[in-house]
Amino acid sequence: MLRLEGLTKTYKTGDQALTDIDLEVPKGQVLALIGPSGAGKSTMIRCINRLVEPTAGKVLLDGVDIAHLSAGALRRARREMGMIFQEYALVERLTVMENVLSGRLGYVGFWRSFTRRYPQADVDEAFRLLDRVGLLHMADKRADELSGGQRQRVGICRALIQNPKLLLVDEPTASLDPKTSRQIMRLICELCAERGLAAIINIHDVALAQMFVARVVGLRFGEIAFDGAPDGLTPDVLTQIYGEEDWEATIEKVEDEDDIEAAE
Amino acid sequence: MPVLEKDDTQIWRRRTRGQALTHWAGWLIGTAIFVYCWQQISGATTWFFVWDAPRIAGDIWTRATPPRWEYIAQLGRPIWDTLNIATLGTLMALVMAVPVAFLAARNTTPSRLFIRPIALLIIVSTRSINSLIWALLLIAIIGPGVFAGVIAIAIRSIGFCAKLLYEAIEEIDHTQVEAITATGASRWQVMAYGIVPQILPAFAGISVFRWDINIRESTVLGLVGAGGIGLQLQSSLNVLAWPQVSLILLVILAFVVVSEWVSAKVRGAII
Amino acid sequence: MSNELHDLLGKGWKKQPFIKRTWLRWTIYAGFVAYLIAAFSTIEVNWSRVYEGLDRGAAFVMAFTRPDFVSRAGDIWTGMAESIVMTVAASVVGIAISIPIGLGAARNIAPLPVYLICRGIVAISRALQEIIVAILLVAIFGFGPLAGFLTLSFATIGFLSKLLAEDIESMDRVQAEAIRASGARWMQWINYGVQPQVMPRLIGLSMYRLDINFRESAILGLVGAGGIGATLNTAFDRYEYDTAAAILILIIVIVMALEYLSGIIRARVQ
Repeated sequence: MLRLEGLTKTYKTGDQALTDIDLEVPKGQVLALIGPSGAGKSTMIRCINRLVEPTAGKVLLDGVDIAHLSAGALRRARREMGMIFQEYALVERLTVMENVLSGRLGYVGFWRSFTRRYPQADVDEAFRLLDRVGLLHMADKRADELSGGQRQRVGICRALIQNPKLLLVDEPTASLDPKTSRQIMRLICELCAERGLAAIINIHDVALAQMFVARVVGLRFGEIAFDGAPDGLTPDVLTQIYGEEDWEATIEKVEDEDDIEAAE
Repeated sequence: MPVLEKDDTQIWRRRTRGQALTHWAGWLIGTAIFVYCWQQISGATTWFFVWDAPRIAGDIWTRATPPRWEYIAQLGRPIWDTLNIATLGTLMALVMAVPVAFLAARNTTPSRLFIRPIALLIIVSTRSINSLIWALLLIAIIGPGVFAGVIAIAIRSIGFCAKLLYEAIEEIDHTQVEAITATGASRWQVMAYGIVPQILPAFAGISVFRWDINIRESTVLGLVGAGGIGLQLQSSLNVLAWPQVSLILLVILAFVVVSEWVSAKVRGAII
Repeated sequence: MSNELHDLLGKGWKKQPFIKRTWLRWTIYAGFVAYLIAAFSTIEVNWSRVYEGLDRGAAFVMAFTRPDFVSRAGDIWTGMAESIVMTVAASVVGIAISIPIGLGAARNIAPLPVYLICRGIVAISRALQEIIVAILLVAIFGFGPLAGFLTLSFATIGFLSKLLAEDIESMDRVQAEAIRASGARWMQWINYGVQPQVMPRLIGLSMYRLDINFRESAILGLVGAGGIGATLNTAFDRYEYDTAAAILILIIVIVMALEYLSGIIRARVQ
């Protein structure tokens, strides 16, 4: 469904963030993107919906090359891709409901959105999503009154109300505590399964990635260094991605956590 | 660390000898400039009047007290005009300042090379020139009256409001804008959902702040003929009607204090 | 599906208004509209006069394309020099007086009687518009830059003392306490515990006030208190727009230069 062909990004400063990336994501697959800071994870996700302009290469979503769309066509293409952010990126001074409905901006006209008169179907869908993530009672609270985990749930609703084919998830758990992180990851994976969405989850917690996804892609210096099932992440592979470190502990921890998971 | 060697003992100093010299030279030049300025002022002053000043001040004081209280009946309309000059001027300025601010902010300007410098020029030129000068100019163009005062206040406030507003726009959280863009929103929708909610509190604060300043400024616009209570002040001064002058000054003082109280209340309610 | 959700589905959604009480919201709206109507209806605009003025307005705008620095060069030069001299002298004196008053007006370092006196001075200075002070001082001291100098010094005190006092009140107490704990005298305590904390902001504010003083000095001439204002007023009276344009351009350029300079100085001290 999504195919990256020779995707390359060079910043104006001369930093080579991505070099000739080829990647294929089939429909309904949840994929974790791991790698050290500065490996180009964030850039890659942002190149897909062109928040960052790729320097070269193709981004094919159902055969349409997003990298070469006009402004209007790009907006329509962006509706197909929901994005979830690291620091939630909710508009803090708007209410939860307005934040969720802002996911429909690509579908409604300016005046409709400006006067907050969304179609009834959108409003119903927003209520359903808020109910699904357990925040229905918060609908009229302002976003800055919410806790981190709650904000991220609103962020997920905003992405899903777009009715996307693909979720782009940028470090969804980086600002959350371990328990909330797992809850959020589980929620994202469940929702993807329910709706048959593909997702690219950019995550730096290897253990968490291994716990939830079926495919892991490792980036190093803007190139793909690993692509396979999570159990293929041996100490050698991790060393190749992140550099020298004692990886046994990390892998050990994963198994421990799996035990806890099973015990719960 | 600057340490001096003297008689085999080390003495710590705050500055090295070079630093100390520059430091003292700076002070010396500064003092020289000040002394020169003072001499210029002193040279242009008739000192005889200055020595006589306490007597004159006492004389004015006896003439000005008590204020002519019954004159207050004639001040209702001028105060109303003053209020209108400040309020309408502020509103007009805000309407014009918003687009200028968006054109001037680095992250929203359509073109950094052409449009941003023009917006900045509008800001600096309207801000640098006092509202009294704008009033003088407008009176020469469209004639004396309240209308000239409103426009003068409006023009003077554009630069002030636009400067504070564009600084607020430049400080917004970019990820919120990014998130709205990622939903496929159009340019105007990104503005309405991503940027405006973030700068709204700053906008409200700036409006009230400038309104408060404009109340003060509009009290004196009448001195050059641009309407408001300053007109009465000017005509009373012309005929040396000191009891009226003192009453007008008291009224202005009360008006300013009340406006400050109102703006503090409004600001408290908004933020 | 929860009951709560069931109740909400199919119902419209509206953003909660900023002012939640309906009657209050409508009273405020109606009051504001009524005020605007009243305000606009009492402004008398002589539209034919305005229309005639458009030509003069255009002439003035055109004057900016060919400002005349030459024909009144002598007046412009004397006026500008006087404005600058007044600005510099008043800023120096004003800042020097503001510092003790600012210290006195900070509740956390001054005893109550001193605090009240200093706050009183600040309040008086802030309440009086510069131009009104100038009128009174001209009446007392006669025409000339001395009245302007005193006006600007007086205005500087109100502005700077208040901001300085607020800055001192919000400073880090622990640093000041550490100095006091070392057994420092009051002056030493101010010098080591307070001064380093407020100095950068004091310098920034002083530069800003210098800028304001220059802009204000341009209007003091209107009431006879010296500076470029008198020249400007004459130029307007005689409809010499090209000279007026030249003066305004000079003011704008000097203000820009001051702003640039204060930007550099602020960046260096912080």
